[in-house]
Amino acid sequence: MVDPETAAGAGVADGGEDTWQLILYVAGQTPRSMAALDNLKRICAEHLSGRYRVEVVDLLERPDRAQADDVFAIPTLVRRLPPPLRKIIGDLSATEKVLVGMQLRSGGE
Amino acid sequence: MGARAPISCDDDVLERCPTGIKGLDEVTEGGLPRDRPTLVAGHAGCGKTLLAMEFLVRGARQYGEPGVFVSFEENQKDLFKNFRSLGFDLRDLVARKLLAIDWVRVERSEIQETGEYDLEGLFIRIGAAVDRIGAKRIVLDTIESLFAGLTNEGIIRAELRRLLRFLKEKGLTAIVTGESGPGGRFTRQGIEEFVSDCVILLDHRVDSQLSTRRLRIAKYRGSAHGTNEYPFLIQRSGIDLIPITAIGIGTRTTTERVTTGIPRLDTMFNGQGVYADNSVLITGTAGTGKTTLVCHAVDAACRAGRKATYFAFEESVPQILRNLRSVGIDLTPWQESGLLQFHASRPDLWGLEMHLLTIEAEVEKFEPAVVVLDPITNFANVGDIIEVRQMLTRLVDFLKERGVLTLMTSLTHGGDELEATNVAISSLVDTFVMLGWVRSEGERNRRLNIVKSRGMAHSNQTREFRITSAGIQIQDVYTGAGGLTGAAREAQEARERAAAARLAQDVERRRALVLTRKEAFEARVRSMHAEFEAEQAAMLQQIAQDEEARASATVESQALAKLRHADREGNGDAD
Repeated sequence: MVDPETAAGAGVADGGEDTWQLILYVAGQTPRSMAALDNLKRICAEHLSGRYRVEVVDLLERPDRAQADDVFAIPTLVRRLPPPLRKIIGDLSATEKVLVGMQLRSGGE
Repeated sequence: MGARAPISCDDDVLERCPTGIKGLDEVTEGGLPRDRPTLVAGHAGCGKTLLAMEFLVRGARQYGEPGVFVSFEENQKDLFKNFRSLGFDLRDLVARKLLAIDWVRVERSEIQETGEYDLEGLFIRIGAAVDRIGAKRIVLDTIESLFAGLTNEGIIRAELRRLLRFLKEKGLTAIVTGESGPGGRFTRQGIEEFVSDCVILLDHRVDSQLSTRRLRIAKYRGSAHGTNEYPFLIQRSGIDLIPITAIGIGTRTTTERVTTGIPRLDTMFNGQGVYADNSVLITGTAGTGKTTLVCHAVDAACRAGRKATYFAFEESVPQILRNLRSVGIDLTPWQESGLLQFHASRPDLWGLEMHLLTIEAEVEKFEPAVVVLDPITNFANVGDIIEVRQMLTRLVDFLKERGVLTLMTSLTHGGDELEATNVAISSLVDTFVMLGWVRSEGERNRRLNIVKSRGMAHSNQTREFRITSAGIQIQDVYTGAGGLTGAAREAQEARERAAAARLAQDVERRRALVLTRKEAFEARVRSMHAEFEAEQAAMLQQIAQDEEARASATVESQALAKLRHADREGNGDAD
């Protein structure tokens, strides 16, 4: 399964002030989950090079995390840092929406 | 009630899962469909969350069935706080693993949707919580929040359908709550399409500035559920449904008799007063002495060491006490010694159900032997006559079940006419005493009738009574023709006394006359007798003289014949 360490993107920073902390919640290795992870890696490489850290949580292995982290949809990407907390649900296929959701680009909000 | 209702061979009859909620299991004939979801719908603030949570709490406490509460609205802290006021210690249940609360926060402003997703996360959460405590029951409150938080309705609908199937497979009896929709739809999002077995609608209406909560079973597959609306209350022990149809009449009865506090009234009740668990209705126009009559019984009960609760719906307590003292009844000592409790409130302060439950709660707490409701008339202002009757039926039943003597007063407005209230409730009560006025000769006098008294011989007499400084005094039975009261009664009695006196004099007079006549007659007899005797004496003397004369004449003729040689004796004139 996807390991947090291996999932960490290239050019990982060591938790500095600017480092984005992202968590991707999946439930097993479904095509949708894999697509989400691929999309996430791509977006991060393009927009957050060297400034991000991704943790992948498989809820089938850690069901307790679903309640603890308040996840109900799969897949869900959570931006822990920087605040405020943001949630992006879906396979992250619509890049523009992901960027808006992650506040990497100003959107309709 | 049993933990599980019997299963019928008929597949359409669902096995029941008792809710433990007062009245709800009666109207659903045993509870909710087991292992299936039930939809509870209503507007905000109608009590959906409470009903759902009570279902879990009672399930855990009474039926040993742990439950999971999935909240899409309130967080755990708020739920703890809100339910503590209802006497539900959720924290304790959570600690004992009888309850699990999961707050699912679906906040649209925090969520961005990009592409395909499902609600597997929710399934995993629910599954984890259910497995952790071995849950048998679950609540989703309210699942419709998903529609507000997410935009892809197609996904939500598909996932909801899958979720409810998942709950069924897990063997969970579920309550799914939903907001009432427009145009008579059960829910805003039409989630009733996923919940086909049982739909319960809650309503919170305000009529005449009084709020009334109602519950209706809109749908119950394979069940002959009533379509009635049942008023219900949210009180300190949770939801309390007031279904008239759910009242059993299998009440226990007593043969013990208690005094009314008025000896002559006891006499009218077959000499022994009323049954200790009777419900007594006392009706009468204003000022006929209803309260005084009732308080005699209260006083007598307290004197015998029995507890009494007095619900005053018209007068203030000090006013009642003062007025009673003026007629020689002092209830203050009983109040001070704790035998007598007063509760004064205006009927229009609360809805009928609230009154009913307040009364029930006080009675359960204090356990009195006598309960006074003075008067019940004003409840007609709060609810319509059917509701009043329902409430009183339940109340009378509740009090009888506890062996309480219930004394209710009811104001009537004119003469002997029975008011609608009285007609409606007179059939509920065991004993019906009617007070009234009789007008005659420029005054009004009080009268009393026992209209009915179940299970005992009772007087059919109309009795006059007076309210004196020593309380109610029932007058002697007037056995003459026509019921008379007051001065008219006295005048009539005086007239009759005079007539009797006249009659007596007449008899005397005639008796004297007879005597006189007899004396006169006897005097006449005596004089006639004397006259007769005198006459007789005279006649006899005459006869004697005549005979003497004749005898001498014969002697003379014989001598002559001898002289003349007559041959035939006695023939003096032989020629």
